[in-house]
Amino acid sequence: MNDTSTIDIDRSVGDFSYPEQHEFDAGYGLSRKTVEYISQVKGEPDWIRDFRLRALDVFERKPMPTSWASRDLNAIEFEKIRYYLAHGQKAKRSWEEVPEDVKRTFERLGIPEQERKFLAGVEAQFDSEAVYSNIKKAVGDQGVIFVGSTEGLIKHPEIFRKWFGKVIPTGDNKFSALNSAVFSGGSFIYVPPGVKVKHPLQAYFRINAENFGQFERTLIIADEGSEVMYMEGCTAPKFETATLHSAVVELVAMKGAKIQYVTVQNWSANVFNLVTKRAVAHEEAEVKWIDCNIGSRLTMKYPGVVLKGRKARGEVISIALAGDGQHQDTGAKMIHAADETTSNIVSKSISVGEGRASYRGLVHVPKHLKGCRNNTECDALLINSKSRTDTYPAITVRGSGNAVQHEASVSQISAEQIFYMQQRGLTEGQAMSLSVNGFVNDLVRQFPMEYSVELKRLIDMEMEGSVG
Amino acid sequence: MRLAKTHHTMSSLSIRNLHVRIGEKEILKGLTLEIPKGEVHAIMGPNGSGKSTLSKVIAGHPDYTVTAGEVFLDGEDILGLEPDVRARKGIFLAFQYPIEIPGVTNANFLRAAVQARLPEGEELEATEFYARMYEKMDLLEMPRAFTGRAVNEGFSGGEKKRNEILQMAMLEPKYAVLDETDSGLDIDALKVVAHGVNSLRGPDLGILIITHYQRLLDYIVPDYVHVMMDGRIVQSGPKELALELEARGYDFIKEGLERAEAVAG
Repeated sequence: MNDTSTIDIDRSVGDFSYPEQHEFDAGYGLSRKTVEYISQVKGEPDWIRDFRLRALDVFERKPMPTSWASRDLNAIEFEKIRYYLAHGQKAKRSWEEVPEDVKRTFERLGIPEQERKFLAGVEAQFDSEAVYSNIKKAVGDQGVIFVGSTEGLIKHPEIFRKWFGKVIPTGDNKFSALNSAVFSGGSFIYVPPGVKVKHPLQAYFRINAENFGQFERTLIIADEGSEVMYMEGCTAPKFETATLHSAVVELVAMKGAKIQYVTVQNWSANVFNLVTKRAVAHEEAEVKWIDCNIGSRLTMKYPGVVLKGRKARGEVISIALAGDGQHQDTGAKMIHAADETTSNIVSKSISVGEGRASYRGLVHVPKHLKGCRNNTECDALLINSKSRTDTYPAITVRGSGNAVQHEASVSQISAEQIFYMQQRGLTEGQAMSLSVNGFVNDLVRQFPMEYSVELKRLIDMEMEGSVG
Repeated sequence: MRLAKTHHTMSSLSIRNLHVRIGEKEILKGLTLEIPKGEVHAIMGPNGSGKSTLSKVIAGHPDYTVTAGEVFLDGEDILGLEPDVRARKGIFLAFQYPIEIPGVTNANFLRAAVQARLPEGEELEATEFYARMYEKMDLLEMPRAFTGRAVNEGFSGGEKKRNEILQMAMLEPKYAVLDETDSGLDIDALKVVAHGVNSLRGPDLGILIITHYQRLLDYIVPDYVHVMMDGRIVQSGPKELALELEARGYDFIKEGLERAEAVAG
């Protein structure tokens, strides 16, 4: 019905570069010296430097996981990456230097003036520090710790060390090892028992205040009966010139605690986004990952929950939009490790042009458990005839008292649907857009309001270009 | 035999000598018809005579190929235009089988459609829109909860047809083609739909009703009735023609045509 074609309104803008002046720069390539340099610049204690160096060994030993998701990983040139850059004190860019098309993108997204400057990396320090301080003060009064990973490990080692690298061990995969060696940025959050944090904690203010990391490391601990919602990224395009983003995110939900983790990823189309995210849910705890992937060249991300305590509950709600030249390899892992644990996975993907979306899931329920339930639902929508989707669900459920339910569907927007909408006056692009928004509508409703509005706009922008 | 006027005026939907194929098969074979604004015309004809094809071609469905002829909207040739452009110029088609759009609510769909008709940069006034929509929904006896349901998804036949008329009421077309709007309706639903259509009748709207049965025309009384057979209009007349067709069937027209041909030959 439609010819494939590309448009990348928001992606092309990722190509611009600012004249950079970094006070600290670890140079190109990765070696023991690089790792030691990072550790020294950050003023870290010995234990963390040793942790990094051990991780580097693991990274170097592990082969690339090119045999399963994509051989495209071979395109990563590790020796051409700069692993650590820091600006020092002041933002050195001016709003005038931001290219016109980027400004227009911000405008179309309806992002307020102040935020635009911030996102373009212009404003940064002064205003974002102020906003960040406000958030910090509000939650700080409740005893919540919300700081960067470096500050966390230096100032709160008694909590940090106990959990750091425990949910996702260094050797979990090659990229978790890489992150463990060179991590910088990311958040450390601790919520004391019984504290319910009312407002979502947002990452991008904080991260920018500390310079954004390609290898951020986030650790969130929700103590007994506490509740917290964390949002990272932002639906606006990120103007990152580097080619590799590899984060590690560890969540710990203690007895009866609730964590919601919201991500909207919109990296530029040259970025490999290889992220490891996992949570441990103790007795009656609930962890919910809400994950949306729109950007990047290749994303490999499978948020997981280890359901460790009785009646723990894990959920992954994910949306992936794979445009031309993109591969979104996303999914979820649910490891049931206690009785009466439940998990729910709902994944929706849209493939546009020659885009490819894969769902890769792992649900594991061992034989000795009782009363465990899993529901997995993956729906794929193909826009053009060359679009591609794959589903790789691996579900192992043993034992008689456990139930699992798996549904998958692949659909296309029919020519009759488009004609019907066009007959009502919508252009083909608007019709596509509306259909795609309809397809993800039930999931988008679970996003916080401002995110769902921006998400809709992003889909509109992406779909306008999908018709040729 | 009376034929519809063959010239086109500035205030009509005028179809001249239209030839249309789908694939290799010719379905419309020189159809001529004019619907002046303010009038209601009905086309009746047996199955396979090309009635639905005509409605789709007017709306610009991509599956049909026009090999000859013209369609003028108030004097402007619209055959080369995309379906959405024709729609915004004032063509509305009430579908025989309305399409489901999963996940898109009726309110959002209508809003997008109304918004598409505003000049660029102008934003739809939400409260006004809802007030107008509720008013039309009341007319069609549709409950408020309807706005939050996905377009046509899980709708009964009657709900789908009412929804078509609601869209027509909201989009205020210049010319509306109602394709078998009566099919699948029980008598009560038919009355509601007819009431909705009748309330939209007026000097600014031309309506073309396509139907197989006379029944609908008891409730939406046409100004003219045309009989379509084998891709052409073969007879036109006042509303009584519909009653005659109902009483005598299409065969009497066929026979009349054959006699006329025999005389001519």
